[in-house]
Amino acid sequence: MLKKIEAIVREDKVNDVKDALSEIGIVGLNMFEVRGHGRQGGIQLVGRAGVYQVTMLPKIQINIVLNERNLDEALEVILKSAYTGEPGDGIIFVTPVEDVIRVRTRERGEQAMSYPGDIDSKRSRQNG
Amino acid sequence: MNIEISAGDTAWILVCCSLVLLMTPALAFFYGGMVRRKNVLSTLTLSYIFMALIGVQWIVYGYSLAFGSDINGLIGGLNFLGFQNVGALPNADYSKTIPHTLFAAFQMMFAVITPALITGAFVERVKFKSFLLFSLLWATMVYDPLCHWVWGQGGWLKSMGVLDFAGGTVVHVAAGFSALAFALVIGPRRGYGNSSIEPNNIPLTVLGAGLLWVGWFGFNAGSALAANGVAVNALLTTNTSAATAGIVWMMLSWLDGRPSTLGIATGMIVGLAAVTPASGYITPLTAMVVGAVAAPLSYYAMRFRERRRLDESLDVWACHGMASLWGMVATGLFATISVNADGANGLFFGNPNQICIQILAVVTTMIFSFTMTYILAKLLNISIGLRVSPMEEEVGLDISSHGERSYS
Repeated sequence: MLKKIEAIVREDKVNDVKDALSEIGIVGLNMFEVRGHGRQGGIQLVGRAGVYQVTMLPKIQINIVLNERNLDEALEVILKSAYTGEPGDGIIFVTPVEDVIRVRTRERGEQAMSYPGDIDSKRSRQNG
Repeated sequence: MNIEISAGDTAWILVCCSLVLLMTPALAFFYGGMVRRKNVLSTLTLSYIFMALIGVQWIVYGYSLAFGSDINGLIGGLNFLGFQNVGALPNADYSKTIPHTLFAAFQMMFAVITPALITGAFVERVKFKSFLLFSLLWATMVYDPLCHWVWGQGGWLKSMGVLDFAGGTVVHVAAGFSALAFALVIGPRRGYGNSSIEPNNIPLTVLGAGLLWVGWFGFNAGSALAANGVAVNALLTTNTSAATAGIVWMMLSWLDGRPSTLGIATGMIVGLAAVTPASGYITPLTAMVVGAVAAPLSYYAMRFRERRRLDESLDVWACHGMASLWGMVATGLFATISVNADGANGLFFGNPNQICIQILAVVTTMIFSFTMTYILAKLLNISIGLRVSPMEEEVGLDISSHGERSYS
Protein backbone atom coordinates (compact mmCIF):
# COMPACT_ATOMS: atom_id res chain seq x y z
CA MET A 1 0.00 0.00 0.00
CA LEU A 2 1.48 3.33 -1.08
CA LYS A 3 0.96 6.51 0.88
CA LYS A 4 1.54 10.18 0.14
CA ILE A 5 2.81 12.60 2.77
CA GLU A 6 2.08 16.28 2.27
CA ALA A 7 4.09 18.07 4.92
CA ILE A 8 3.61 21.85 5.14
CA VAL A 9 6.56 23.25 7.03
CA ARG A 10 8.40 26.50 7.72
CA GLU A 11 10.52 27.82 4.85
CA ASP A 12 13.59 27.91 7.07
CA LYS A 13 13.10 24.28 8.18
CA VAL A 14 13.05 22.80 4.68
CA ASN A 15 16.71 21.93 4.52
CA ASP A 16 16.64 20.30 7.98
CA VAL A 17 13.68 18.16 6.92
CA LYS A 18 15.26 17.25 3.60
CA ASP A 19 18.57 16.26 5.22
CA ALA A 20 16.88 14.24 7.94
CA LEU A 21 14.78 12.36 5.36
CA SER A 22 17.71 11.57 3.13
CA GLU A 23 19.57 10.21 6.15
CA ILE A 24 16.96 7.47 6.59
CA GLY A 25 16.92 6.79 2.84
CA ILE A 26 14.08 8.95 1.54
CA VAL A 27 15.66 10.81 -1.36
CA GLY A 28 12.79 11.18 -3.80
CA LEU A 29 10.63 14.17 -2.99
CA ASN A 30 9.33 17.39 -4.45
CA MET A 31 8.08 20.60 -2.95
CA PHE A 32 5.81 23.59 -3.60
CA GLU A 33 5.90 27.11 -2.30
CA VAL A 34 2.48 27.52 -0.74
CA ARG A 35 0.63 30.24 1.14
CA GLY A 36 -1.85 29.80 3.90
CA HIS A 37 -2.62 30.04 7.56
CA GLY A 38 -3.72 27.84 10.41
CA ARG A 39 -5.48 28.56 13.67
CA GLN A 40 -3.16 31.46 14.43
CA GLY A 41 -4.51 33.32 11.37
CA GLY A 42 -1.29 34.92 10.14
CA ILE A 43 1.02 37.50 11.65
CA GLN A 44 1.34 41.28 11.95
CA LEU A 45 3.74 43.24 9.77
CA VAL A 46 4.81 46.86 10.13
CA GLY A 47 3.68 49.24 7.39
CA ARG A 48 4.33 52.92 6.75
CA ALA A 49 2.44 54.02 9.83
CA GLY A 50 1.55 51.20 12.20
CA VAL A 51 0.96 47.50 11.79
CA TYR A 52 -1.27 45.42 9.56
CA GLN A 53 -2.34 41.78 9.52
CA VAL A 54 -0.94 39.41 6.93
CA THR A 55 -3.12 36.33 6.79
CA MET A 56 -1.50 34.27 4.07
CA LEU A 57 2.02 33.28 5.06
CA PRO A 58 4.55 31.55 2.84
CA LYS A 59 5.28 27.90 3.65
CA ILE A 60 6.82 24.97 1.84
CA GLN A 61 4.82 21.84 1.09
CA ILE A 62 7.00 18.73 0.79
CA ASN A 63 5.47 15.81 -1.12
CA ILE A 64 6.66 12.25 -0.57
CA VAL A 65 5.21 8.97 -1.78
CA LEU A 66 6.34 5.87 0.09
CA ASN A 67 5.40 2.41 1.20
CA GLU A 68 3.03 2.21 4.15
CA ARG A 69 5.53 0.24 6.20
CA ASN A 70 7.92 3.20 6.08
CA LEU A 71 5.28 5.80 6.91
CA ASP A 72 5.70 6.10 10.68
CA GLU A 73 9.46 6.35 10.48
CA ALA A 74 9.26 9.12 7.88
CA LEU A 75 6.61 10.99 9.83
CA GLU A 76 8.68 10.82 12.99
CA VAL A 77 11.70 12.26 11.16
CA ILE A 78 9.63 15.12 9.72
CA LEU A 79 7.98 15.89 13.04
CA LYS A 80 11.36 16.10 14.74
CA SER A 81 13.18 18.12 12.11
CA ALA A 82 10.37 20.62 11.41
CA TYR A 83 9.65 21.31 15.09
CA THR A 84 10.33 24.63 16.84
CA GLY A 85 7.46 24.64 19.35
CA GLU A 86 6.20 28.03 18.19
CA PRO A 87 2.87 28.57 16.39
CA GLY A 88 3.35 28.16 12.63
CA ASP A 89 5.32 24.90 12.66
CA GLY A 90 2.98 23.50 10.02
CA ILE A 91 0.80 20.46 9.41
CA ILE A 92 1.06 17.04 7.75
CA PHE A 93 -1.54 15.28 5.61
CA VAL A 94 -1.33 11.58 4.71
CA THR A 95 -3.36 10.08 1.86
CA PRO A 96 -3.44 6.74 0.01
CA VAL A 97 -1.91 6.58 -3.47
CA GLU A 98 -3.49 4.55 -6.26
CA ASP A 99 -0.42 3.86 -8.34
CA VAL A 100 3.06 5.11 -9.22
CA ILE A 101 4.70 4.89 -12.65
CA ARG A 102 8.34 5.74 -13.35
CA VAL A 103 8.53 7.38 -16.73
CA ARG A 104 11.92 5.99 -17.80
CA THR A 105 11.34 2.31 -16.91
CA ARG A 106 7.56 2.09 -16.84
CA GLU A 107 7.86 0.23 -13.53
CA ARG A 108 4.67 0.44 -11.49
CA GLY A 109 3.57 0.40 -7.87
CA GLU A 110 5.98 -0.78 -5.24
CA GLN A 111 8.55 -1.67 -7.86
CA ALA A 112 8.66 1.89 -9.06
CA MET A 113 9.42 3.01 -5.53
CA SER A 114 12.52 0.95 -4.85
CA TYR A 115 16.07 1.77 -5.80
CA PRO A 116 19.53 1.07 -4.38
CA GLY A 117 20.05 2.98 -1.16
CA ASP A 118 16.37 3.56 -0.48
CA ILE A 119 14.79 3.32 2.94
CA ASP A 120 14.11 -0.43 2.63
CA SER A 121 17.61 -1.35 1.57
CA LYS A 122 19.03 0.78 4.38
CA ARG A 123 16.87 -0.99 6.93
CA SER A 124 17.69 -4.46 5.66
CA ARG A 125 21.39 -3.64 5.79
CA GLN A 126 21.00 -2.53 9.40
CA ASN A 127 19.02 -5.66 10.32
CA GLY A 128 21.22 -8.00 8.32
CA MET B 1 22.24 93.33 -9.08
CA ASN B 2 23.79 93.24 -12.52
CA ILE B 3 21.93 91.44 -15.23
CA GLU B 4 24.75 89.40 -16.66
CA ILE B 5 25.23 85.71 -17.20
CA SER B 6 27.34 83.94 -14.60
CA ALA B 7 29.00 80.78 -15.86
CA GLY B 8 29.02 79.35 -12.33
CA ASP B 9 25.33 79.95 -11.75
CA THR B 10 24.46 78.62 -15.18
CA ALA B 11 26.48 75.44 -14.69
CA TRP B 12 24.91 74.82 -11.30
CA ILE B 13 21.33 75.29 -12.49
CA LEU B 14 21.99 73.05 -15.50
CA VAL B 15 22.99 70.35 -13.00
CA CYS B 16 19.96 71.10 -10.83
CA CYS B 17 17.70 70.76 -13.86
CA SER B 18 18.93 67.20 -14.29
CA LEU B 19 18.64 66.46 -10.56
CA VAL B 20 15.00 67.58 -10.50
CA LEU B 21 14.25 65.61 -13.66
CA LEU B 22 15.63 62.52 -11.89
CA MET B 23 13.01 62.95 -9.17
CA THR B 24 10.18 61.90 -11.47
CA PRO B 25 11.63 58.43 -12.24
CA ALA B 26 12.61 58.25 -8.56
CA LEU B 27 9.01 58.96 -7.59
CA ALA B 28 7.84 56.34 -10.07
CA PHE B 29 9.91 53.71 -8.26
CA PHE B 30 8.98 55.06 -4.84
CA TYR B 31 5.33 54.52 -5.77
CA GLY B 32 5.92 51.43 -7.92
CA GLY B 33 7.26 49.44 -4.98
CA MET B 34 4.18 50.08 -2.87
CA VAL B 35 1.48 48.73 -5.20
CA ARG B 36 0.66 45.11 -5.93
CA ARG B 37 2.72 43.24 -8.50
CA LYS B 38 -0.04 43.36 -11.11
CA ASN B 39 0.08 47.18 -11.20
CA VAL B 40 3.80 47.99 -11.13
CA LEU B 41 4.15 49.02 -14.78
CA SER B 42 0.94 50.99 -14.63
CA THR B 43 2.17 52.89 -11.57
CA LEU B 44 5.56 53.57 -13.16
CA THR B 45 3.86 54.85 -16.30
CA LEU B 46 1.59 57.21 -14.37
CA SER B 47 4.72 59.09 -13.27
CA TYR B 48 6.97 58.64 -16.29
CA ILE B 49 4.35 59.91 -18.74
CA PHE B 50 4.63 63.41 -17.27
CA MET B 51 8.17 63.78 -18.58
CA ALA B 52 6.58 63.46 -22.01
CA LEU B 53 3.26 65.18 -21.40
CA ILE B 54 4.48 68.27 -19.55
CA GLY B 55 7.71 68.22 -21.57
CA VAL B 56 5.52 69.26 -24.49
CA GLN B 57 2.82 71.26 -22.67
CA TRP B 58 5.39 73.49 -20.96
CA ILE B 59 7.03 74.49 -24.24
CA VAL B 60 3.76 75.05 -26.07
CA TYR B 61 1.89 77.14 -23.46
CA GLY B 62 2.55 76.00 -19.86
CA TYR B 63 5.50 78.27 -19.25
CA SER B 64 3.67 81.21 -20.72
CA LEU B 65 0.59 80.72 -18.51
CA ALA B 66 2.81 80.50 -15.44
CA PHE B 67 5.44 83.12 -16.16
CA GLY B 68 4.11 85.22 -19.05
CA SER B 69 3.34 88.90 -18.49
CA ASP B 70 0.87 89.19 -15.65
CA ILE B 71 -2.89 89.50 -16.15
CA ASN B 72 -4.59 90.82 -12.99
CA GLY B 73 -2.26 88.83 -10.74
CA LEU B 74 -4.09 85.67 -11.76
CA ILE B 75 -2.41 84.18 -14.83
CA GLY B 76 0.47 84.75 -17.18
CA GLY B 77 -0.11 86.16 -20.66
CA LEU B 78 0.63 84.48 -23.95
CA ASN B 79 3.86 86.35 -24.71
CA PHE B 80 5.99 83.23 -24.06
CA LEU B 81 3.79 80.90 -26.16
CA GLY B 82 5.95 78.28 -27.83
CA PHE B 83 8.95 79.68 -25.94
CA GLN B 84 8.94 82.77 -28.15
CA ASN B 85 10.78 85.63 -26.42
CA VAL B 86 12.44 83.08 -24.15
CA GLY B 87 16.07 83.27 -25.11
CA ALA B 88 19.61 82.72 -23.99
CA LEU B 89 19.84 86.16 -22.41
CA PRO B 90 19.01 86.68 -18.75
CA ASN B 91 15.54 87.86 -17.77
CA ALA B 92 15.29 90.81 -15.38
CA ASP B 93 12.33 89.28 -13.50
CA TYR B 94 13.36 85.67 -13.11
CA SER B 95 16.92 84.96 -14.03
CA LYS B 96 19.37 87.77 -13.57
CA THR B 97 22.49 85.62 -13.91
CA ILE B 98 21.38 82.62 -15.97
CA PRO B 99 19.81 82.33 -19.42
CA HIS B 100 16.04 82.77 -19.43
CA THR B 101 15.75 79.43 -21.23
CA LEU B 102 17.50 77.73 -18.32
CA PHE B 103 15.07 79.21 -15.79
CA ALA B 104 12.19 78.02 -17.97
CA ALA B 105 13.73 74.54 -18.26
CA PHE B 106 14.33 74.32 -14.50
CA GLN B 107 10.72 75.32 -13.87
CA MET B 108 9.59 72.68 -16.36
CA MET B 109 10.97 69.94 -14.13
CA PHE B 110 8.79 71.21 -11.27
CA ALA B 111 5.76 71.21 -13.54
CA VAL B 112 6.60 67.61 -14.50
CA ILE B 113 6.87 66.14 -11.01
CA THR B 114 3.94 67.93 -9.36
CA PRO B 115 1.10 66.14 -11.17
CA ALA B 116 3.12 62.91 -10.91
CA LEU B 117 2.90 63.24 -7.11
CA ILE B 118 -0.91 63.16 -7.31
CA THR B 119 -0.93 59.74 -9.00
CA GLY B 120 -0.35 58.05 -5.63
CA ALA B 121 -4.00 58.78 -4.88
CA PHE B 122 -5.52 56.68 -7.65
CA VAL B 123 -3.04 53.92 -8.53
CA GLU B 124 -4.32 50.40 -9.29
CA ARG B 125 -7.72 51.53 -10.59
CA VAL B 126 -7.55 54.67 -12.76
CA LYS B 127 -8.53 54.53 -16.44
CA PHE B 128 -5.47 55.60 -18.40
CA LYS B 129 -7.31 57.74 -20.95
CA SER B 130 -9.17 59.68 -18.26
CA PHE B 131 -5.95 60.06 -16.32
CA LEU B 132 -4.20 61.64 -19.30
CA LEU B 133 -7.02 64.07 -19.85
CA PHE B 134 -7.21 64.94 -16.16
CA SER B 135 -3.47 65.51 -16.03
CA LEU B 136 -3.43 67.91 -18.92
CA LEU B 137 -6.41 69.82 -17.52
CA TRP B 138 -4.88 69.88 -14.05
CA ALA B 139 -1.54 71.17 -15.31
CA THR B 140 -3.33 73.89 -17.26
CA MET B 141 -6.03 74.92 -14.82
CA VAL B 142 -4.40 74.28 -11.45
CA TYR B 143 -0.62 74.16 -11.67
CA ASP B 144 0.00 76.97 -14.17
CA PRO B 145 -2.20 79.57 -12.43
CA LEU B 146 -0.98 78.60 -8.96
CA CYS B 147 2.60 78.80 -10.14
CA HIS B 148 1.88 82.27 -11.46
CA TRP B 149 0.26 83.42 -8.19
CA VAL B 150 3.24 82.40 -6.09
CA TRP B 151 6.25 82.77 -8.38
CA GLY B 152 5.18 84.77 -11.44
CA GLN B 153 6.06 88.46 -11.60
CA GLY B 154 2.83 90.24 -10.61
CA GLY B 155 1.22 87.09 -9.19
CA TRP B 156 -1.10 88.14 -6.36
CA LEU B 157 0.46 85.98 -3.65
CA LYS B 158 3.97 86.94 -4.72
CA SER B 159 2.97 90.60 -4.61
CA MET B 160 1.76 90.10 -1.03
CA GLY B 161 5.22 88.82 -0.12
CA VAL B 162 4.56 85.11 0.37
CA LEU B 163 7.67 83.04 1.00
CA ASP B 164 7.69 79.72 -0.83
CA PHE B 165 11.26 78.93 -1.69
CA ALA B 166 10.91 75.75 -3.73
CA GLY B 167 7.26 74.88 -3.97
CA GLY B 168 5.55 74.16 -0.65
CA THR B 169 2.27 75.51 -1.96
CA VAL B 170 2.76 75.21 -5.71
CA VAL B 171 4.04 71.63 -5.59
CA HIS B 172 3.32 69.79 -2.35
CA VAL B 173 0.21 71.32 -0.82
CA ALA B 174 -1.38 71.50 -4.28
CA ALA B 175 -0.53 67.86 -5.03
CA GLY B 176 -1.54 66.64 -1.56
CA PHE B 177 -4.96 68.24 -1.48
CA SER B 178 -5.63 67.39 -5.11
CA ALA B 179 -4.84 63.78 -4.25
CA LEU B 180 -7.36 63.92 -1.42
CA ALA B 181 -10.09 65.28 -3.71
CA PHE B 182 -9.37 62.74 -6.46
CA ALA B 183 -9.42 59.84 -4.00
CA LEU B 184 -12.83 60.95 -2.74
CA VAL B 185 -14.25 60.97 -6.26
CA ILE B 186 -12.71 57.75 -7.62
CA GLY B 187 -13.40 55.69 -4.49
CA PRO B 188 -11.41 52.86 -2.93
CA ARG B 189 -9.72 49.97 -4.69
CA ARG B 190 -11.71 46.74 -4.85
CA GLY B 191 -11.25 44.85 -1.63
CA TYR B 192 -9.70 47.82 0.18
CA GLY B 193 -10.05 47.25 3.91
CA ASN B 194 -11.03 43.59 3.50
CA SER B 195 -8.04 41.85 2.02
CA SER B 196 -4.56 43.10 2.80
CA ILE B 197 -3.00 45.10 -0.05
CA GLU B 198 0.71 44.53 0.41
CA PRO B 199 3.58 46.40 -1.23
CA ASN B 200 5.13 44.20 -3.94
CA ASN B 201 8.72 45.43 -3.66
CA ILE B 202 9.82 47.62 -0.77
CA PRO B 203 13.44 47.73 -2.06
CA LEU B 204 12.17 49.65 -5.13
CA THR B 205 10.51 52.15 -2.83
CA VAL B 206 13.64 52.54 -0.73
CA LEU B 207 15.73 53.08 -3.86
CA GLY B 208 13.22 55.66 -5.07
CA ALA B 209 13.32 57.48 -1.73
CA GLY B 210 17.12 57.67 -1.88
CA LEU B 211 17.09 59.07 -5.39
CA LEU B 212 14.38 61.54 -4.38
CA TRP B 213 16.60 62.83 -1.59
CA VAL B 214 19.46 63.33 -4.06
CA GLY B 215 17.17 65.03 -6.55
CA TRP B 216 15.75 67.25 -3.81
CA PHE B 217 19.11 68.99 -3.53
CA GLY B 218 18.52 70.22 -7.07
CA PHE B 219 14.93 71.06 -6.24
CA ASN B 220 15.64 73.15 -3.13
CA ALA B 221 19.24 74.34 -3.49
CA GLY B 222 18.62 74.97 -7.17
CA SER B 223 15.74 77.25 -6.29
CA ALA B 224 18.32 79.83 -5.23
CA LEU B 225 18.87 80.07 -9.01
CA ALA B 226 22.52 80.74 -8.26
CA ALA B 227 25.58 78.97 -6.93
CA ASN B 228 25.76 80.96 -3.74
CA GLY B 229 25.36 80.88 0.05
CA VAL B 230 21.57 80.69 -0.11
CA ALA B 231 21.86 77.57 -2.26
CA VAL B 232 24.25 75.93 0.19
CA ASN B 233 21.99 76.85 3.10
CA ALA B 234 19.02 75.35 1.28
CA LEU B 235 20.96 72.14 0.69
CA LEU B 236 21.83 71.95 4.38
CA THR B 237 18.34 72.68 5.68
CA THR B 238 16.96 70.13 3.23
CA ASN B 239 19.33 67.47 4.46
CA THR B 240 18.75 68.32 8.12
CA SER B 241 14.96 68.21 7.91
CA ALA B 242 15.00 64.89 6.03
CA ALA B 243 17.43 63.43 8.54
CA THR B 244 15.40 64.57 11.55
CA ALA B 245 12.08 63.40 10.13
CA GLY B 246 13.66 60.05 9.25
CA ILE B 247 14.77 59.54 12.85
CA VAL B 248 11.47 60.67 14.36
CA TRP B 249 9.45 58.46 12.00
CA MET B 250 11.67 55.51 12.91
CA MET B 251 10.88 56.10 16.59
CA LEU B 252 7.13 56.37 15.94
CA SER B 253 7.23 53.17 13.92
CA TRP B 254 9.26 51.48 16.65
CA LEU B 255 6.75 52.50 19.33
CA ASP B 256 3.96 50.95 17.25
CA GLY B 257 5.84 47.74 16.55
CA ARG B 258 9.21 47.69 14.83
CA PRO B 259 11.28 50.33 13.04
CA SER B 260 10.12 49.54 9.51
CA THR B 261 12.27 50.28 6.46
CA LEU B 262 9.26 51.59 4.56
CA GLY B 263 8.48 53.86 7.51
CA ILE B 264 11.99 55.28 7.72
CA ALA B 265 12.04 55.97 3.96
CA THR B 266 8.62 57.60 4.21
CA GLY B 267 9.76 59.80 7.10
CA MET B 268 12.68 61.04 5.04
CA ILE B 269 10.39 62.06 2.18
CA VAL B 270 8.08 63.81 4.63
CA GLY B 271 11.02 65.80 5.99
CA LEU B 272 11.98 66.79 2.45
CA ALA B 273 8.45 67.88 1.56
CA ALA B 274 8.12 69.87 4.77
CA VAL B 275 11.32 71.88 4.39
CA THR B 276 10.77 72.68 0.71
CA PRO B 277 9.09 76.10 1.16
CA ALA B 278 11.37 77.03 4.05
CA SER B 279 14.71 75.74 2.79
CA GLY B 280 16.10 79.03 1.51
CA TYR B 281 14.94 81.14 4.46
CA ILE B 282 15.67 79.22 7.67
CA THR B 283 18.79 77.97 9.46
CA PRO B 284 19.84 74.31 9.60
CA LEU B 285 19.03 74.24 13.32
CA THR B 286 15.42 75.33 12.83
CA ALA B 287 15.21 72.84 9.95
CA MET B 288 15.40 70.19 12.69
CA VAL B 289 12.21 71.59 14.19
CA VAL B 290 10.59 71.52 10.75
CA GLY B 291 11.48 67.84 10.29
CA ALA B 292 10.69 66.84 13.87
CA VAL B 293 7.16 68.28 13.73
CA ALA B 294 6.47 67.10 10.17
CA ALA B 295 7.03 63.43 11.00
CA PRO B 296 4.32 62.98 13.68
CA LEU B 297 1.98 65.28 11.77
CA SER B 298 2.15 63.12 8.65
CA TYR B 299 2.30 59.88 10.62
CA TYR B 300 -0.94 60.55 12.44
CA ALA B 301 -2.54 62.09 9.34
CA MET B 302 -1.86 58.72 7.68
CA ARG B 303 -3.42 56.85 10.61
CA PHE B 304 -6.40 59.18 10.54
CA ARG B 305 -6.87 58.57 6.83
CA GLU B 306 -6.72 54.81 7.35
CA ARG B 307 -9.28 54.99 10.15
CA ARG B 308 -11.62 56.92 7.89
CA ARG B 309 -11.18 54.08 5.36
CA LEU B 310 -10.35 56.62 2.69
CA ASP B 311 -8.23 54.93 0.03
CA GLU B 312 -5.90 57.78 -0.83
CA SER B 313 -3.69 54.91 -1.71
CA LEU B 314 -0.09 56.07 -1.30
CA ASP B 315 -0.74 58.91 1.16
CA VAL B 316 0.09 61.90 -1.01
CA TRP B 317 -2.09 64.06 1.21
CA ALA B 318 -0.52 62.89 4.47
CA CYS B 319 3.07 62.91 3.21
CA HIS B 320 3.16 65.95 0.94
CA GLY B 321 0.04 67.99 1.70
CA MET B 322 0.24 67.97 5.48
CA ALA B 323 4.03 68.15 5.70
CA SER B 324 4.32 71.12 3.38
CA LEU B 325 1.33 72.83 4.98
CA TRP B 326 3.39 72.79 8.16
CA GLY B 327 6.48 73.82 6.20
CA MET B 328 4.72 76.94 4.93
CA VAL B 329 3.65 77.86 8.45
CA ALA B 330 7.17 77.12 9.72
CA THR B 331 8.54 79.50 7.12
CA GLY B 332 6.37 82.20 8.64
CA LEU B 333 7.80 81.32 12.05
CA PHE B 334 11.49 80.74 11.40
CA ALA B 335 12.41 82.75 8.30
CA THR B 336 15.25 85.19 8.85
CA ILE B 337 16.90 87.71 6.56
CA SER B 338 20.23 86.72 8.08
CA VAL B 339 19.97 83.60 5.93
CA ASN B 340 18.50 85.22 2.85
CA ALA B 341 18.39 88.98 2.35
CA ASP B 342 15.78 88.53 -0.41
CA GLY B 343 13.48 86.79 2.06
CA ALA B 344 11.78 88.18 5.14
CA ASN B 345 11.72 87.72 8.88
CA GLY B 346 9.23 85.34 10.44
CA LEU B 347 7.25 85.57 13.69
CA PHE B 348 10.22 84.58 15.85
CA PHE B 349 12.29 87.31 14.27
CA GLY B 350 9.78 90.03 15.00
CA ASN B 351 7.54 89.94 11.95
CA PRO B 352 4.07 88.54 12.83
CA ASN B 353 2.73 89.74 9.49
CA GLN B 354 4.63 87.06 7.57
CA ILE B 355 2.82 84.16 9.16
CA CYS B 356 -0.54 85.62 8.17
CA ILE B 357 0.58 85.79 4.54
CA GLN B 358 1.89 82.21 4.76
CA ILE B 359 -1.38 80.91 6.16
CA LEU B 360 -3.38 82.82 3.57
CA ALA B 361 -1.27 81.26 0.81
CA VAL B 362 -1.67 77.74 2.20
CA VAL B 363 -5.41 78.02 2.74
CA THR B 364 -5.86 79.47 -0.73
CA THR B 365 -3.82 76.67 -2.27
CA MET B 366 -5.71 74.00 -0.31
CA ILE B 367 -9.11 75.30 -1.31
CA PHE B 368 -8.17 76.06 -4.92
CA SER B 369 -6.43 72.75 -5.65
CA PHE B 370 -8.99 70.63 -3.77
CA THR B 371 -12.00 72.30 -5.38
CA MET B 372 -10.61 72.37 -8.91
CA THR B 373 -9.51 68.75 -8.73
CA TYR B 374 -12.82 67.67 -7.26
CA ILE B 375 -14.70 69.37 -10.09
CA LEU B 376 -12.40 68.06 -12.83
CA ALA B 377 -12.51 64.51 -11.46
CA LYS B 378 -16.29 64.62 -11.02
CA LEU B 379 -16.82 65.86 -14.58
CA LEU B 380 -14.56 63.17 -16.01
CA ASN B 381 -16.20 60.55 -13.81
CA ILE B 382 -19.71 61.27 -15.10
CA SER B 383 -18.59 61.68 -18.71
CA ILE B 384 -15.91 59.15 -19.68
CA GLY B 385 -15.47 57.48 -16.27
CA LEU B 386 -12.41 57.54 -14.04
CA ARG B 387 -12.13 53.84 -13.24
CA VAL B 388 -11.37 50.71 -15.17
CA SER B 389 -13.99 47.94 -15.04
CA PRO B 390 -14.02 45.63 -12.00
CA MET B 391 -12.67 42.83 -14.19
CA GLU B 392 -9.80 44.98 -15.48
CA GLU B 393 -9.00 46.03 -11.94
CA GLU B 394 -8.98 42.41 -10.79
CA VAL B 395 -6.63 41.39 -13.58
CA GLY B 396 -4.38 44.35 -12.88
CA LEU B 397 -3.65 47.46 -14.90
CA ASP B 398 -0.33 46.17 -16.26
CA ILE B 399 -2.17 43.70 -18.43
CA SER B 400 -5.57 45.36 -18.81
CA SER B 401 -4.33 48.89 -19.57
CA HIS B 402 -0.89 48.34 -21.06
CA GLY B 403 -0.90 44.76 -22.33
CA GLU B 404 2.31 43.82 -20.54
CA ARG B 405 3.40 42.36 -17.26
CA SER B 406 6.27 43.31 -14.97
CA TYR B 407 7.47 39.86 -14.12
CA SER B 408 7.07 36.64 -16.03
